[in-house]
Amino acid sequence: MKAGITILTVAAFASVPLWLRDPYLLNALITTGVFIIAAMSLNLLLGFTGQLSLGHIAFFGIGAYVSALTSLGFDIGFPGGFRLVHEPWPPIAGFVLAILIAGLCGYFVGLLSFRVRGAYFVIVTISFAEVVRLVALNWVELTQGPLALTNIPSIAIGLPGLGELTLRTKLQNYYLVLAVAFVAYLLIARLVHSHFGRAMRGLMENETLAVSVGIDVTRTLTLAAVISAAIAGAAGSLYAHYIRIIDPEVFAFINTVTMVIMVITGGKGSLAGPVVGGLIFGLLPVVLRPIMAPEAQWIAYGGVLIVILFVLPRGIVPSLAQRLAKRKREAATVAPVAFSERAKEPA
Amino acid sequence: MSEFLQHLINMLVLGGTYALLGIGLTLIFGIMNVVNFTHGVLYTFGAYIMFIVVQQLGLNFFLALPVAVVAGWLLGAVIELTLLRPLRGSDIDTTMLVMIGAWIAMQSATLWIWGGVAKSVATPFPDAPLVLGPVSVSWLRLFVLAAAALLIVVTYLLINRTKLGCAMRATFQDQDTASLMGVNVDLIYTSTFAIGSSLAAAAGALLGPVYVIFPQMGDLAAVKAFAIVILGGLGNITGAVIGGFILALAEELGAGYISSGYRDAMGFLIIIAVLIFKPTGLFARSERVG
Repeated sequence: MKAGITILTVAAFASVPLWLRDPYLLNALITTGVFIIAAMSLNLLLGFTGQLSLGHIAFFGIGAYVSALTSLGFDIGFPGGFRLVHEPWPPIAGFVLAILIAGLCGYFVGLLSFRVRGAYFVIVTISFAEVVRLVALNWVELTQGPLALTNIPSIAIGLPGLGELTLRTKLQNYYLVLAVAFVAYLLIARLVHSHFGRAMRGLMENETLAVSVGIDVTRTLTLAAVISAAIAGAAGSLYAHYIRIIDPEVFAFINTVTMVIMVITGGKGSLAGPVVGGLIFGLLPVVLRPIMAPEAQWIAYGGVLIVILFVLPRGIVPSLAQRLAKRKREAATVAPVAFSERAKEPA
Repeated sequence: MSEFLQHLINMLVLGGTYALLGIGLTLIFGIMNVVNFTHGVLYTFGAYIMFIVVQQLGLNFFLALPVAVVAGWLLGAVIELTLLRPLRGSDIDTTMLVMIGAWIAMQSATLWIWGGVAKSVATPFPDAPLVLGPVSVSWLRLFVLAAAALLIVVTYLLINRTKLGCAMRATFQDQDTASLMGVNVDLIYTSTFAIGSSLAAAAGALLGPVYVIFPQMGDLAAVKAFAIVILGGLGNITGAVIGGFILALAEELGAGYISSGYRDAMGFLIIIAVLIFKPTGLFARSERVG
């Protein structure tokens, strides 16, 4: 039943370009898809381990920069006359490296940040992201600073028997993002339903209790951080090769806030939550654009976040699921009574 | 050597306003357990009040500071009553996210009303700086330091010598017991948030004329305030004052001897280092207010 819904949803998304021809809307859907992937990875931390990381954009940005620099090449000098020269590699190698390096960064940041909890954890994660932003802004030799990395090549994939296919058009990129999003979704779903996922949720419910039954806190949280960061890195790489220009603004705190809003609105700790929340907030600017000034849109953005936290603090998907479960339970409690009465009838 | 002395002078001026920001946030964080993301907006708000009073209304520069303090107090009280009071008892993540929403909305409103172009405020001070041997400091910056020092002393007396301050300290130690002793906790919360907000507005009103005024100016100020709170320890006013000066020193030395591009990284690096190596803050005689 659940697998059926997943397949239907993917089929519905796959059919979108068949009837949607507007390039502006398709573009909005692609960037929304990239952000949904990032939001799903944030949900792994926020929804399943209960740790609110407000530095998540760092891994997205690191993925974007690693991927861009791998495919563009660089030539940087270090004190002491040592030079590091890198010749351009194919973008797909950048995509893989983005995942690996973002995951590695997730490991180190997780190892350090998980020493503190609650508000302190939040502030440490913000700090890491801002330090990375300032490095991207100031290490001009590597990142071009505010001048941005431009002309990032599109991703090309080698197909057996068909040669190399460069994904330049919106249509091709749409399917690429959809495919990566689907894989990320399956990966997270698999993880959450494993022994590991139960350990994570145990930690979220009651850390002391979880420790007492033998759950290794640091290992569990760090692994969640690594996987989460790696997926965010993949999203960043997709973004870089689609937009084809990256500047330090990609690290803006507001981008993390956008991801958090998507997760909270859809429902943290629900697999479908970031997808639902992401679609709402990814496409909200498209709806608001013709009727509001950009500043007013941002006011609405902040306002909607507040209203959702007041009205639907658990998010859309869990609230709907709860209502559905309640109806099912009511149906279930009626049925046995009917059965027992029917059983009495012959007597 | 004279360069180092100059950095020390600059540190004193910056440190005073940083301490104001830090005190405001440490009170709110410590007493209410709210991670106040609107703190930076209040800082921006104070600076714009300065701009309105001096540039648009053409009133006296020295009048603008008290106006900014009162306006910050009022806006803080409104935020507390409308957004935080209904959420009392909910977890820290929820209030934090609501504060983030309020921050986005208010900052965008600032941008909408006054536009993104940076504004400057004319001051009644002479352009020529005060030269003291090898170092110099502008009269405006001296005024900023004096005003900040005055506000720090007033806040210190308010917390340690008045009945309200006593109730605030009691609420910080144990909210339930304070409530049993007849402390109106709701009133304390609103007062705390209002006082903290007015200090942030004062810091903005003081530093706004030193630099320029623009809608996003509060973002970095908020982060610096967090760094100061973490340095000084939660709810520790003396710690916040010392933390403000340490951050200012780190920034001055970082900008002077490493690279000016990394001036603003200092606050973040301090946060990371302190939380990793000494999470209770540098001056932790456990957590306390006062």
